[in-house]
Amino acid sequence: MTGASNRMQVWLAPLLVFTVTIALWEGLVLLFKPPVFLLPPPSLIWQSFTSQFGQLMSYGFNTFLEALGGFVIGCGAGLVAATVVARSPRLSALLLPFAVASNAVPIVAMAPIAIVWFGIGPGSKVAIVAVMCFFPTLVSAVRGLTDISPDALALMHSYAASDWQTFTKVRAPNSLPFVFNAFKICTAVSMIGAIVAEFFGGAVNYLGIYIKTQASILKTPDAWAAILVACFFGLAFYFAVVLLERWLMPWHRRRG
Amino acid sequence: MGDPIISVQNVSKVYGNANASTVALQDVSLFIEKGEFVSLVGPSGCGKSTLLRLIADLDAPSSGTIQLNGHAPETARKNREYGFVFQAPTLYDWRTVARNAELPLEVMGRDRRDWKPRIDKMLALVGLRDFHEYYPWQLSGGMQQRASIARALSFDPAILLMDEPFGALDEFTRERMNMELLDIWETTHKTILFVTHSISEAVFLSSRIVVMTPRPGRVARLVAIDLPSPRTFETRESRRFFELMTDVRETLKEEFTRHE
Repeated sequence: MTGASNRMQVWLAPLLVFTVTIALWEGLVLLFKPPVFLLPPPSLIWQSFTSQFGQLMSYGFNTFLEALGGFVIGCGAGLVAATVVARSPRLSALLLPFAVASNAVPIVAMAPIAIVWFGIGPGSKVAIVAVMCFFPTLVSAVRGLTDISPDALALMHSYAASDWQTFTKVRAPNSLPFVFNAFKICTAVSMIGAIVAEFFGGAVNYLGIYIKTQASILKTPDAWAAILVACFFGLAFYFAVVLLERWLMPWHRRRG
Repeated sequence: MGDPIISVQNVSKVYGNANASTVALQDVSLFIEKGEFVSLVGPSGCGKSTLLRLIADLDAPSSGTIQLNGHAPETARKNREYGFVFQAPTLYDWRTVARNAELPLEVMGRDRRDWKPRIDKMLALVGLRDFHEYYPWQLSGGMQQRASIARALSFDPAILLMDEPFGALDEFTRERMNMELLDIWETTHKTILFVTHSISEAVFLSSRIVVMTPRPGRVARLVAIDLPSPRTFETRESRRFFELMTDVRETLKEEFTRHE
């Protein structure tokens, strides 16, 4: 019973903040009547959202597939690279500073170049997202594979364990919390990357293009409705990864 | 007396290079018979943990020879002739108690059908019968260390090397664990080499104590502990126990003042 009421409380406060914010937004717009294109009231955005729900969701899904494709390729490549880099302290000392520094590089700014390389279609978006997901995954996974207590490794040594056994039974499970932290960051990064990359051009049935087009003809309630859809897919992606994390790491649930 | 199960002959260990070096162990010799319970006692920095790690082939001596069952440490390690218990329980977070305890069986490729009976027996022996499916964070420090002892015993090595296993526990838990360890020693007939900086723990547990001195680590004296078996709660209150404690403490004091 305390568990249920605790869970209620966890949700109650954010829900309250959300409701108050929306109400305040609606109220202030009603009061000051700014031009609709400048700041549409939530009710109008909701109207735009419901009236073209099917279309928006299909655009959202198209963009999500780009994000997912880039996520899988980028995170996958990051993991593979990490297993190689983590084997050699010298190699990680050489390469990791660059991977960390890449956080400061605005990779989406390379979207026009990606279009030159991979075409105007989804390929260029997937490529941008993949690059954006690669580095955080690499850095976290290397940390997870190497940040292990010396005794935990000495224990395997005392059993005369093979390198492969040490990898599968110690290094890999030890890296999971680190890797999932990176994955969670990458869910948000991948949606951002896909949408922003679409701003630079692409087919009409994608969220980024739709937001850009509707905003440029001042149909901003449509743009806001599309942003709402982007939020939905971003959150759904995030929680899917959280569920996967809980399933793969039952021992970690206490801290989750 | 047969051949010693552990023999350490003229072993030295120097850390660092020619310019800046620390002598951790100097010319240490030690012979341990099968079935003995020997404790290495001394202040921090006397090299007692280093000596244990050399015997376990977790580190290599600078000079001298070590043999376990007549084998070099590396061979003994590859033959899985000893179990090592660290100061920290060193359980893997992602494994339950039972899965942690069966880790060596898994690594060593023992017959899968033997795992469960073996683990059941060992966890019962250390008093964790009802905790098979618990994760390490759900256990107290004492219970975690019990699980780590069960893990070391699971593959039935003849030798148990223990590096201050109860150092992080409170005194009450420690005394209870001491009693349980003696029970385990008596039921399993293992040879135990035990590192501690607690004189009372060493006297209570051991059949023999190796008193070591700091920097460079040397063997100051061997003290045979002639307390009657089985040792009980009353043993700690006996006159002989205090005499032996005083004896060991005097040796440490002499060595300490000699170095100042």
